[in-house]
Amino acid sequence: MTIKKENSAKKIRVEKQVETTNDLWVLRLYVAGQTPKALTAFTNLKKICEEQLNGEYSIEVIDLLRNPQLGADDQIFALPTLVRKLPVPVRKIIGDLSNTERVLVGLDLLPVNNL
Amino acid sequence: MKKLNHELSLKKLPKTPTGIQGFDEITGGGLPKGRPILVCGGAGCGKTLFAIEFLVRGATEFNEPGVFMSFEETNEELTVNVASLGFDLEDLIRRKKLILDHVHIERSEIEETGEYDLEALFIRLGYAIDSIGAKRVVLDTIESLFAGLPNQLILRAELRRLFRWLKDKGVTAIITGEKGDEKLTRQGLEEYVSDCVIMLDHRVNEQTSTRRLRIVKYRGSIHGTNEYPFLIDETGFSVLPVTSLGLKHIVSNERVSSGILALDKMLEGKGYYRGSTVLVSGTAGVGKTSIAAHFAEAACKRGERVLYFCFEESPNQLIRNMLSIGIDLEPWVEKGVLLFHATRPTLYGLEMHLAVTHKAVNAFKPDIVILDPINTFVISDKEFEIKTMLMRIVDFLKASQITALFTSLTSSEGSLESSEAGISSLIDTWILLRDIELSGERNRGMYVLKSRGMANSNQIREFMLTDHGVELREAYIGSKGVLTGSARIAQEAKESAELLIRKKDIERKKREIEQKRNTLNAQVSALHFKFESEESEAIKMIEIEQDQIKRLNQDKLEMAESRHADSENIKSINAKKTK
Repeated sequence: MTIKKENSAKKIRVEKQVETTNDLWVLRLYVAGQTPKALTAFTNLKKICEEQLNGEYSIEVIDLLRNPQLGADDQIFALPTLVRKLPVPVRKIIGDLSNTERVLVGLDLLPVNNL
Repeated sequence: MKKLNHELSLKKLPKTPTGIQGFDEITGGGLPKGRPILVCGGAGCGKTLFAIEFLVRGATEFNEPGVFMSFEETNEELTVNVASLGFDLEDLIRRKKLILDHVHIERSEIEETGEYDLEALFIRLGYAIDSIGAKRVVLDTIESLFAGLPNQLILRAELRRLFRWLKDKGVTAIITGEKGDEKLTRQGLEEYVSDCVIMLDHRVNEQTSTRRLRIVKYRGSIHGTNEYPFLIDETGFSVLPVTSLGLKHIVSNERVSSGILALDKMLEGKGYYRGSTVLVSGTAGVGKTSIAAHFAEAACKRGERVLYFCFEESPNQLIRNMLSIGIDLEPWVEKGVLLFHATRPTLYGLEMHLAVTHKAVNAFKPDIVILDPINTFVISDKEFEIKTMLMRIVDFLKASQITALFTSLTSSEGSLESSEAGISSLIDTWILLRDIELSGERNRGMYVLKSRGMANSNQIREFMLTDHGVELREAYIGSKGVLTGSARIAQEAKESAELLIRKKDIERKKREIEQKRNTLNAQVSALHFKFESEESEAIKMIEIEQDQIKRLNQDKLEMAESRHADSENIKSINAKKTK
């Protein structure tokens, strides 16, 4: 397990990703403060990652309220947005990730149990 | 009273000047301050340019930084595109006067799952606004969101929130929108932005395109409701305020020479009024351009600036042709006091011509404007439009105290005056050139049809183009009417021959009389001489006679003495002798 960020006690922290080289999947979740939507999105994302990505992933949560200048880099306009930085091509999934199937389509993944 | 005025002005809607030429005039000061404004129109009508100029002028002229959020063009594209208008966006960005933010929305890269909002857009915009203290914002074209995001319900709710948020931020925001089929915009943005709506239009009529601008609504402000032609050229956007012009221009009593001495003489010896409108009309090849060139040259010599619009000839051709009648315009062009502005009338529509004229005049600030000729605008029977356009030009030039000279080609059929009835009322001084066909020749005649405010000559003059310019001759007016050209020359020769003969007759008569007088004098003197000689002879005879009488008496006396006659006899003889 290489989840670098934990949703401990409903707190989303932002940490710089250091060791991305080993991870097959580099995901970035953009939120603005701890809104219900943001929390739902993070919970959903963590669940999907644990189920589908076999530990080879890292999630970076970026709070635009703290770092508004980062929004332009990934062309973020809606919140929450999940950006798949790796593997390329970059994919974006907007919304609270409540529909697992669509998230998997967005990440270009097929559910594990279908393999 | 002053206080009341102050209170009223407080209640007035504060406005943000756009700095766009003419636009602030028709809106009475610009766009509503701190409110969103919708600028809509079809593709290629200049929405983005309008918006970007609003920002650039704001940053450079009014010290109001701006944020441009683009949903279509990338920052690089935008920078290059507006560089052709002379806007240096990179410099403004460096000086922290402008922020470009390109929002890239690619449908294929986006998956939607569940609830979301556009908070990130707000944050980006808010961050950009706060980082340079922006007062102006442009969203171009926010409708792209509709293409990128499938969930319209969320989008519409978020847009409403966005415009509310912009108002709260206190920024003046331009939102551009693509024209819809029946609505102002395709996505009905007018529903959200209702304070001020500006419509841009790009219409093609008879193969010429005209850009027009209309203010559809402007809450809390009076505004011009017409369609105003506008222009996009190398200096940006300019709107032509047409209805703001009234008939209130000041008039001048100063006179300016027409450059032709004889023509000046026909106009009280002084020429045209400054600021008046002169029309030179006539059939083809009668020398309208020559009169215009004379006027231009004379003005340049006086040190005035002349703007010459030629719609038929290129400047070089015109200069060459005028050289043939002894008018050299080239030095004035080099000196920069004479500027030619040559365009084909078909290049763009009437309104565009008007806008171009307006702009060129404003830029060059001439004392004299020449339009040669105006009737090439007549491509079809759009007489009304031409009249309104000319009226606008005339009013505009008059308001700026510019003397204008128009030339106009009239067709040879029909009356020369009536064909121009449409514009005659606009003209102050109307010089008519006409050809006079007589005895196998075609000559030019000229007269002043009207000249407001002066006692002009009513005579038809013969108009001649010589290698040293235009010359006017007194036309021969006799029993056969007006004679011109060789007929006039023949008539004049005939007259001068007759005059010569008469002169000689008189001289001969004079000589005859002189001779007669001489003969008479000679005769008189001869008679005189004859008389004198006769007289002297007679005197001599009388003297001889007297001598003889004397001698006879002496003899008698001597004889009497010798005879000692009666003394009394002697006494009487002596008395006779003494006598």
